[in-house]
Amino acid sequence: MIKDITLGQYFPGNTVIHRLDPRAKIILTIMYIVVIFFAKNLWSFMLVVASALALVLISKISYKTLLKSMKPLIFVLAFTTFFNIFWTEGDVLLVSIWKIRIYLEGIVYAIMMIIRITALLIGTTIILTYTTSPIMLTDGLEQLLAPLRKIKLPVHEFSMMMTIALRFIPTLIEETDKIMSAQKARGADFTTGSLAKRAKALVPILIPLFISAFRRADELATAMECRCYHGGEGRTRMSILHCSFKDAAALLVMLLFGAGLIALNQLPCAISL
Amino acid sequence: MKDPFIKIENLTFAYTDEENGRNEVLKNLNLEIERGSLVAILGHNGSGKSTLAKLLNLILIPQSGKITIDGLDITSPDLTEEQLFENRRNIGMVFQNPDNQLVATIVEEDIAFGPENLGIEPKEIRKRVDDALATVGMTEFARHSPHQLSGGQKQRIAIAGIIAMMPKCIIFDESTAMLDPKGRREVMDTIIRLNREFGITILHITHYMNEAAQCDRVVVINEGEIELDGKPKDVFTHVEQLQKIGLDVPQTAELLYELNCAGIKNNGKPLPLGRLSVDECANEIMSLMESL
Repeated sequence: MIKDITLGQYFPGNTVIHRLDPRAKIILTIMYIVVIFFAKNLWSFMLVVASALALVLISKISYKTLLKSMKPLIFVLAFTTFFNIFWTEGDVLLVSIWKIRIYLEGIVYAIMMIIRITALLIGTTIILTYTTSPIMLTDGLEQLLAPLRKIKLPVHEFSMMMTIALRFIPTLIEETDKIMSAQKARGADFTTGSLAKRAKALVPILIPLFISAFRRADELATAMECRCYHGGEGRTRMSILHCSFKDAAALLVMLLFGAGLIALNQLPCAISL
Repeated sequence: MKDPFIKIENLTFAYTDEENGRNEVLKNLNLEIERGSLVAILGHNGSGKSTLAKLLNLILIPQSGKITIDGLDITSPDLTEEQLFENRRNIGMVFQNPDNQLVATIVEEDIAFGPENLGIEPKEIRKRVDDALATVGMTEFARHSPHQLSGGQKQRIAIAGIIAMMPKCIIFDESTAMLDPKGRREVMDTIIRLNREFGITILHITHYMNEAAQCDRVVVINEGEIELDGKPKDVFTHVEQLQKIGLDVPQTAELLYELNCAGIKNNGKPLPLGRLSVDECANEIMSLMESL
């Protein structure tokens, strides 16, 4: 049961987006986030919606998965919608009951905000987390941050830690499961009682888990030493990341998208921010 | 010995900790391991066998004595860092818990870890990884993640990770201890193949007597000293001596020993104990039954 937790939420596939270089994808994601905030009027917002739809179609990620990933955002969306509708003042008054005044502008703001946040989420998850394996992501980050080594930042060590953490998450989850079963067999109760009582019941799980994690760390360190690990210096990699034509093309498309948004903002439009 | 790959002379090692003071684990140990041989090392817990393994690739430093590996004195104070890493590459180590020696989230990435540390060209690493996977028969699992594999499979990946560094010797430190019978057989078959087909010198530290019986030579360590040393069929005739230091003998040897103890004789002679394989033992009992 507990094993079903997927971390990093990577969905393997073989689409164009999957095959992009992770470094290009990190840059693309940052560009997309920035560019979305350029949108000012109805036309440019329609382009944003189109871009998000295009990403969904190209990546072949199912709508169900996407809707599921939106769930934690519902609160944020409801919150911004609420404030935009009731606290925006404009020229066109729609409803006026007691002290509550709802303007057309407020509703437009709210819709545009929803589009922005949704596109933001779709953009980052599809370009980055759903289509890039964690190990590619760490590799990409390590290489992008490589220049920071000049100012003595431990970039290699950071990515090694990430890799090992990712490697041991399933192992430790399995172990937690085992310890829980062992404690349940001795009559431990994790599901009833007050919150404080339940939190206290977790102590007999955490202590063995920590002890075993430390022992694992020690053994892993010895095994790594035996395999001649001595830090990032003089180390090569089996798979080298190649920036190819399609990465350049993707960056170009993103630039055009940004330019398009700015151009559309210039068009006359009744509805705009 | 014609061509000793490992030569250990007067090796002494002690752990020191605050509570118990000095605890001598290895006492004046002398041992030679021939190039290309398959040697089992037996001993009960705390007999110093794992310590010996860790001394051979300088994870631990001996207090006194000399270790020469492949002609290089690794205990010399002039040993350079390059020589140290060359020695670690040369002496591969496979440990007990397969989970705690795999570093990467994808099988082939993990096998590449060693060669990457050595600074080898990417193309050459790719080739070595593919060869190592083929050697342990795990090619189809190249893109799997370690937690999807069984214990025996994980241990074979750990072995592949060592083979990819092209060592001349591999030490298996109780590598079969945590596996189920099927996994144990997979790993043992791989070990024997590495020795027979690739000529890799192997030290196999184990608790399983039937595994030791498949090796060329058995060295029994007790309290930091060598108790017995010889061919399996000679070593396992010392049933009483082995039992006294807390070790078993293979079930075949034990059966023949118990028959001897019961006073059963074949044509007036006691049964020979050095019949280690099941077939040899069965033949011995057949001949005994015919003579009755």
